[in-house]
Amino acid sequence: MHIIETGNVAAALGVKLAGVQVVAAYPITPQTPLTEKLSELIEAGEMDARYVPVESEHSALAVCIGASSAGARSFTATSANGLLYMHEQVHWAAGARLPIVMCVANRAVGAPWNIWNDHQDSISQRDTGWIQIYSCDHQQIIDDTLKAFRLAETTSIPVMVCYDGYLLSHTYMPFEVPEQEKVEQFLPPFHPSYALDPSSPANLNTVTLPEIRTDVHGEMAHGYMEIRYLLQEDLRKAVQVVEEIDAAFQEIFGRGGAPLVEPYRCDDAEYVVVGMGSLTYQLWDVIETLRTEGHKIGVLGVRLYRPFPDAAVAAALRGARGVFVMEKALSYGYEGALCSDLKSALYDHIPDKSRAPFVKGLVAGIGGREIRTADLTDTLRSGLVGSIPEPGWIGIQL
Amino acid sequence: MTTRTTILSLPKEEYVHPGNRACTGCSLGIAYRIGLKALGPDTILIVPPSCLTVLQGLFPVASTKLPSLNVTFASTAAAATGVLEALKAQGREHTKVVAWAGDGGTADIGIQSLSGAAERGDDFLFMCYDNEGYMNTGVQRSGTTPQGAITANTPFKGKMQQRKDVAAIMTAHGIDYVATASASYPLDLYDKIKKAITLKGVKYIHIHTPCPPGWGFDTRYAVKVGELAVETGYLDLYEVEKGEFRLTGASAKTLEKGTRKPVREYLQTQSRFRIMSPEQAADAQARVDATWSTYSSGEG
Repeated sequence: MHIIETGNVAAALGVKLAGVQVVAAYPITPQTPLTEKLSELIEAGEMDARYVPVESEHSALAVCIGASSAGARSFTATSANGLLYMHEQVHWAAGARLPIVMCVANRAVGAPWNIWNDHQDSISQRDTGWIQIYSCDHQQIIDDTLKAFRLAETTSIPVMVCYDGYLLSHTYMPFEVPEQEKVEQFLPPFHPSYALDPSSPANLNTVTLPEIRTDVHGEMAHGYMEIRYLLQEDLRKAVQVVEEIDAAFQEIFGRGGAPLVEPYRCDDAEYVVVGMGSLTYQLWDVIETLRTEGHKIGVLGVRLYRPFPDAAVAAALRGARGVFVMEKALSYGYEGALCSDLKSALYDHIPDKSRAPFVKGLVAGIGGREIRTADLTDTLRSGLVGSIPEPGWIGIQL
Repeated sequence: MTTRTTILSLPKEEYVHPGNRACTGCSLGIAYRIGLKALGPDTILIVPPSCLTVLQGLFPVASTKLPSLNVTFASTAAAATGVLEALKAQGREHTKVVAWAGDGGTADIGIQSLSGAAERGDDFLFMCYDNEGYMNTGVQRSGTTPQGAITANTPFKGKMQQRKDVAAIMTAHGIDYVATASASYPLDLYDKIKKAITLKGVKYIHIHTPCPPGWGFDTRYAVKVGELAVETGYLDLYEVEKGEFRLTGASAKTLEKGTRKPVREYLQTQSRFRIMSPEQAADAQARVDATWSTYSSGEG
């Protein structure tokens, strides 16, 4: 069924279809309509789940951690400072290997207060051990939410589905709502390898020593370092799992095919612009204009940010003379995190440095600053024929 | 209480292994052992960082025979809600959910999530064992450290402020059951847990657990120190069931017989009070007297 709704509603319908059992949330703009929709579906009896209206985001994720540890499919959503307030729990959920799914309606972080869109909130969670997916439109939001549960439960790693606040969360677009029957075919019920159970007691997340240690039966058990290594190894393997799940989704629903990166007119491109989220599709228009002017330029949307699909990124950029990375977040004191990650991937995958493209980092849309398509076009045009005026923050007026 | 438990009627089943990592003479060991007997086998525990985390053992060894979920410091009550909601979603409501936190994890960093859960009426038991400071990290002051006590971060002057009354805070939430207890009176504790688990919503039990290294007394005196706290009225054993307050056990007996001892007999057992000023000691006594005058007049 095709409907016209907001990105937040798309996410909520994905959560409903996924058969989530426990939802915990604390209100924050622009996430609120998503959780309002869920409480509406649950109170109306259209969704069989427990809704916990917690007193903070820290507790929202705590409820999900408790519920997931006890074997329930769990979901929360937040934005901006709410996500930052959760940060300790974000780490904890990954370390505890809990398949929680969280939607992040991306918003700028304070100070100063700002409720509009950029990516600083979720990019600041980059190193927590979560899988991060960036949706570019409403169809991807609902599809990614469904895929996220299967991905999380396959890998025992939590998944963050990130989409632009307001630009996607509050705008109306047509999208297809998958049929429940097909969703059940795609996403089997959650059966964790262990759930808290008095008939099979275990002490979870116990203090774990630096060195390996024997258990009461004399078997050697992991130390903290081994446990953390396994998280890293499984995250690296998750790149392939993302592709497999996308293929399974495509087989049932007929959509997908580019779960790691989404190239647009990159095949013959001498220059590539890289972005994440809704900006990616805005760049398609920019590229069309520049193509009519004779510039061989394409767009590469990064859909999976963690684990970083380094091989796919490098492969898509192989042969390009120049790369522009356009970001809505920064690793303050250096450059955009995606820009650094991308350079690192090129360094690893293009051994002959004389064949590596130049990489130019650009910043756009911080704190919801309007990203005008004309400004993007002008900036890239100057990047192609000469150089981009410093500091490379599009639209800044100092 | 209708039926009084005796030491002979306690369940024989043990849920805490001997030889765990608690300090010598730790009274939490008593409260935890008896508490788990009262809870029984169909129980899931939620534990934040605290002395109990250490008592429970280091991976891959565990000293508790019940499933236990270790959670972040501030999130105990919220994580308990999560476990509870999962059990409801799975039709496993028969399993009891019990949070077991220290005073820091309850009165200080944990109070927000505890207050939230109490307001929502989530159906679990929250146990606070109060050793009156951050003992696991080396004896720093907490919200429940009493005035005059020397701690690692009140090293010379002692704590200047009064202790926080968490049981009163929880009573103000209007929940069905709030009780205080002491590791020195395990049967009173046992009966309170037994009653609490029959009631709905968040139930709160605050247990006084004397700490030999943190309070400065010999390891053999934990029970004695706890008894003196009750005998002097420094700690009162009571329960508030659906708004009805009543003293229990030794505190009820003290009131009945009028045998309350001077607070100084309790204070002088512990080296943490060694620099307490006469004014502070007099104030501690005056506060106890004021509370007890409400008991005598029946206003409690």
